[in-house]
Amino acid sequence: MELLLFGITRDIVGRHKLAVPAQEAIHTVAGLKAWLGKQYPAIQHLASLAVAVDNEYAQDDDLLQPESEIALIPPVSGG
Amino acid sequence: MLIRIVEHIDLNEAYAWLQSPDAGAVNLFIGTVRNHTKGKAVTRLDFEAYEAMALQQMQHVANAAKAKWPLVKLVIIHATGAKQPGEPVVITGVSSAHRDASFEACRFLIDELKRTVPIWKKEFYEDNSMWVNAHP
Repeated sequence: MELLLFGITRDIVGRHKLAVPAQEAIHTVAGLKAWLGKQYPAIQHLASLAVAVDNEYAQDDDLLQPESEIALIPPVSGG
Repeated sequence: MLIRIVEHIDLNEAYAWLQSPDAGAVNLFIGTVRNHTKGKAVTRLDFEAYEAMALQQMQHVANAAKAKWPLVKLVIIHATGAKQPGEPVVITGVSSAHRDASFEACRFLIDELKRTVPIWKKEFYEDNSMWVNAHP
């Protein structure tokens, strides 16, 4: 699965997109967040981190499908 | 409903959209770049949007406002890119038959936009920069 990155999460990872290796066997939003926190400890220091699936906010126990568009949403600050 | 992400905000476009003979009130909120934050001088702001999701979330906010108040027209426009102090970066606006709905809905739109729409701003100071709200 591939993640779209914006704002500070893009700065932390250093890229616009991040491929999550299939062998990591990540199936849920919560699993993805836990993996990210281990790979990129700076992510754990954010005020919040949401995951979006196909342009909607996802819940921690939602299942992730590789064909979906998945994005990390760090704290928003529009307006 | 006029919902857009643009490079440059056009105030006249927003106002023209809201005008209607059915409306007795038009409210426009214009968010602009402030030249200071927490005692530090701000030299510019960079806005970035996850555009597809931002447009969809703006639509949700608009739909929620239309469900709560009897609105004639509605507009939400946000700018992206580099913005200088004084420049407009966001507009929310509504028109309605009477002013109470117009004031309340306009405020609801900007408050909900700031809470849910995936747009980020980076503040640039004289010596460094920071993503706003990123850290507690």
